[in-house]
Amino acid sequence: MTSKTSTTLRILAGLAALVLVAAPLAMPTYYVSVATQILIFAVLAMSVDVLAGFTGRTPLCHGAIFGTSTYVVLYTATVMHMPLPLAMLLGVLAATVLALVFGLLAVRTSGVYFLLLTLALGLIVWGICLRWTEVTGGENGLRGQLRAGLMLSTRELYVAVAVVVALVTFAMWRFVHSPFGLTLRGIRDGESRMASLGYNVPLHLTIAFTASGFFAGIAGALYAVFNDFVSPSTVQLSQSVAGLLMAIVGGVGTLFGAFVGSFIIIALEQAVSSVTERWLMVLGLTFIVIMIFAPEGVIGKARLLMAGRGQSKTKP
Amino acid sequence: MMAFQIMNGLTFAALLFVVASGFTLIFGLLRIVNLAHGALYLFGGYVGYSVGNLTGSFILAGLGAMIFVALAGLVLDQGLLRFVRGFELRQVMLTLGVAFVLNDLALVIWGGDTFTVATPQWLQGAVQIGGLFYPKFRLFVLAVGIFVFIALWVLLNKTRLGALIRAGVDDAEMVEACGIDIRRVFLITFMLGSALAGLGGLLGGTFLALYPSADAEILVFSLAVVIIGGRGSLVGAAIGSLLIGLLNTFGQVWFPQLAYFVIFGPMAVLLAFRPLGLFGKAA
Amino acid sequence: MTKLTTDRRSFLKTSTAFAAAGMVSMPAIVRAQGAARPIKIGLLAPLTGVIAAGGRELVEGFEMYWEQVNKEVAGRKVEIVIEDDASNPDTALQKARRLVEQGNVDFLFGNILANTGLAVANYVKGTGTPYFIPVIAADDLTQRTRIPNVIRVAGYTASQMSRPLADWAYKQGYRKVATISQDYTFGHEQCGGFLQMFTELGGAVTQQFWHPLNTADFSPYLGQLANAGVDAVFAMETGADATRFIQQWASFGLKGRIPLMGAMNATDQSVIRTMKDEAEGIVSCAHFAEGSKEPATVKFVADYEKRYGKLPSIYGFSHYSGAMWVAEALKTINGKVEDRELFLKTVLATELKDSPLGSTVKFDAYTNPIYDASIRKVEKRADGKLWNVPIQFYPQVSQFWKYDPETYLKQPPYSRTFQGKTG
Repeated sequence: MTSKTSTTLRILAGLAALVLVAAPLAMPTYYVSVATQILIFAVLAMSVDVLAGFTGRTPLCHGAIFGTSTYVVLYTATVMHMPLPLAMLLGVLAATVLALVFGLLAVRTSGVYFLLLTLALGLIVWGICLRWTEVTGGENGLRGQLRAGLMLSTRELYVAVAVVVALVTFAMWRFVHSPFGLTLRGIRDGESRMASLGYNVPLHLTIAFTASGFFAGIAGALYAVFNDFVSPSTVQLSQSVAGLLMAIVGGVGTLFGAFVGSFIIIALEQAVSSVTERWLMVLGLTFIVIMIFAPEGVIGKARLLMAGRGQSKTKP
Repeated sequence: MMAFQIMNGLTFAALLFVVASGFTLIFGLLRIVNLAHGALYLFGGYVGYSVGNLTGSFILAGLGAMIFVALAGLVLDQGLLRFVRGFELRQVMLTLGVAFVLNDLALVIWGGDTFTVATPQWLQGAVQIGGLFYPKFRLFVLAVGIFVFIALWVLLNKTRLGALIRAGVDDAEMVEACGIDIRRVFLITFMLGSALAGLGGLLGGTFLALYPSADAEILVFSLAVVIIGGRGSLVGAAIGSLLIGLLNTFGQVWFPQLAYFVIFGPMAVLLAFRPLGLFGKAA
Repeated sequence: MTKLTTDRRSFLKTSTAFAAAGMVSMPAIVRAQGAARPIKIGLLAPLTGVIAAGGRELVEGFEMYWEQVNKEVAGRKVEIVIEDDASNPDTALQKARRLVEQGNVDFLFGNILANTGLAVANYVKGTGTPYFIPVIAADDLTQRTRIPNVIRVAGYTASQMSRPLADWAYKQGYRKVATISQDYTFGHEQCGGFLQMFTELGGAVTQQFWHPLNTADFSPYLGQLANAGVDAVFAMETGADATRFIQQWASFGLKGRIPLMGAMNATDQSVIRTMKDEAEGIVSCAHFAEGSKEPATVKFVADYEKRYGKLPSIYGFSHYSGAMWVAEALKTINGKVEDRELFLKTVLATELKDSPLGSTVKFDAYTNPIYDASIRKVEKRADGKLWNVPIQFYPQVSQFWKYDPETYLKQPPYSRTFQGKTG
């Protein structure tokens, strides 16, 4: 890829981001809610991308990490009556610790096995949320009035979320472009080579996993405030799948693609579900089409097309 | 009481084995983690239910389920998966998409009511063994599980096709280099694995019932079995099924609060230390 | 879904003015002028996901009522916007937001699963949108944590109907009972009501089994139930779990050996419709019984069957009656749905006379309906279809049974650990 196309892309992406952030403010409150959701899920998708795109390990447990933070925020704030900032901090902390544990268990695997192991770990979290009724409220989940307590209107909440998301995005961008991030990419492209160069691969991967969990936790904490509600469906597999799908649709390894992916999936759901209840089918078909025709995702595809080699890459 | 619960664990394990053996065959040879396997199970159950209702025959229902799902496997393999051959993760995600589509399609076709496949007359009621009353149908499931195990063992170990499949599991390129059309072996395996999902759907549809999320539930169980047993290993699938079946039963009796943890906890620990499962071989 | 281009606030003002006009003039004239804006109802139904079949029936019952009255009440047209909650609380919340904020509906209706209902209730607590829940049975929505704009029209609280059943069971001579239930609030509450009543009468609940939702294999529990040495078993199951439990109960030979009682949802039409002999003889308690000989019920069941080719379930019945209840209230206030306070107050004051139950139903002081409950038994109709036939009546059953509400509310809500027995 030439630097020229990448600059063009960056400007385009920046413009798109600006439009995306500002536009909802002029819309009815419902769209503002949808936009808030898009931003929150973009952070989840980016946290997936930190692993999938920069270490080459595709996780299916980020919904569980995300939801753990949501649970902890709602529990500490609503049941234990802690102040919201502290609750959110604890939520993120819980997600980070959980990710550390998951990381320690999972980093020795790769490929499909990594996917399956993280899937299993996510299922454990789901099972606990479902069954530990005294704390998690079981199937019915936990409810709060965090949003009301903040006295924020839908628009104000959106602006607040946008600011946090911008900061988190910047942090992630710095993270993947740091020397540490470069090492991760080295591991992605040649694990044994990096190991023989003396890098401690499992340690690097564990740190990456933990960091990724930290970011997912931030998204989960925002989601707690946004939804004022959490139940096992927030930590279930489909949530992890959603995060991964958004990362893939946007383009794995592009980081910012997550915004595109999140936007496409959520906007598509909005559009489809106003005409038919066959959303699941549309989602499945989208999945299939993307996997066959554009596995690089929208941003990745665009880059390829701009580089003039889109055609040759679509077929193996 | 103990004997009774062991029987419960064994019969549940037998069903898991029928479903998971198909899963592990496909995973082993084609390197595809077919997340649509649960949906194929559900379709098998529904088709079996419909055929059984139309013909009144349990045997025809079973044949119908297996043939239909094998054909579905054919379409899935030739129509979709061929475009993503060689990309493990793309395959996984694609089958997940297929699972969504099939799940929703089943809801459109059969509605969301809970159905149970009718048990044939000759399998209704219970038999008495010692002081133990036990449903005939569950014993039948156990017998089918054992039969499938033996049949697959013979197929894999005593036939040419089996030899090709085993060789393919170990090294597909090598087999191809020997001038054998490995694609056809792949396709046959995929259809066979799918047919087993269909058979599982019929059996499961009889005593576990069919409803819109049954596919995801059986898929999670099968995943656990295959993860524990190891990719492509028939013995592994059998042992994994036994382990999960018994853990599920005794977990519910002894640790009712920990229902899922009892199954996935040991699996996660095992996978962390033996990433390839008990009998898995490195690719 | 139609998009409204008019600014919502001015839109509301004009429509209120038109509605006010409707009070003095004849509704027909208002219609002729094409004046009154339609009343817009947001119906949340799980059309996909685990309880999709129930969701469809919910819509059917709701639409059946509105079509019988030509989608019109107090001279105003009624527009129903249906959204699929996908049996998932996150989706339910999102769809509720959409109906309220984008669809500008006058009120919300529906949902089946408790978690979806609780999520939406938590949301409308902030918006003040009237929300009617004929199926959501969580006790505390009409007890300890009432939300003024969330009203259980034509619904019941979970523990309400298991008390008469416990009374009936004791009178049958049962003294030792075991319960098996899905491990979530709906189950804790129904079992709690049963256990508290039964032990207060002098019976004993010797064992309680709690299993996760969607338990594939009940055999481990069935083994323990068979050996529990009890006179009867009370089963609190919904959906696929109910089908599986009843079916496995029969195949393990327990049917006929131990009397089986169920929560009303365990033998609801949505469950027994696809079953054969297995469910026959199970006893439950509910306000509605499709096999009742009450003329109003017979007519409703016949109409429903003619229209949809199946017997009505609790979901269809509740939403039919719930729609009727709200419509009666709207008639009283001449369709002035915009005055939320008046609307809610009127709904609560409305006594429902013409529902398929045949008897008059009204709210208690805590906004939960009081019913004449019937003990029902699953029997085979002449054509072989299973249905619930009343065998005994308990008049005027409220959510507090015969307890004093204030005293009752001092006890903690039912949970896995609190089942009504103190100490």
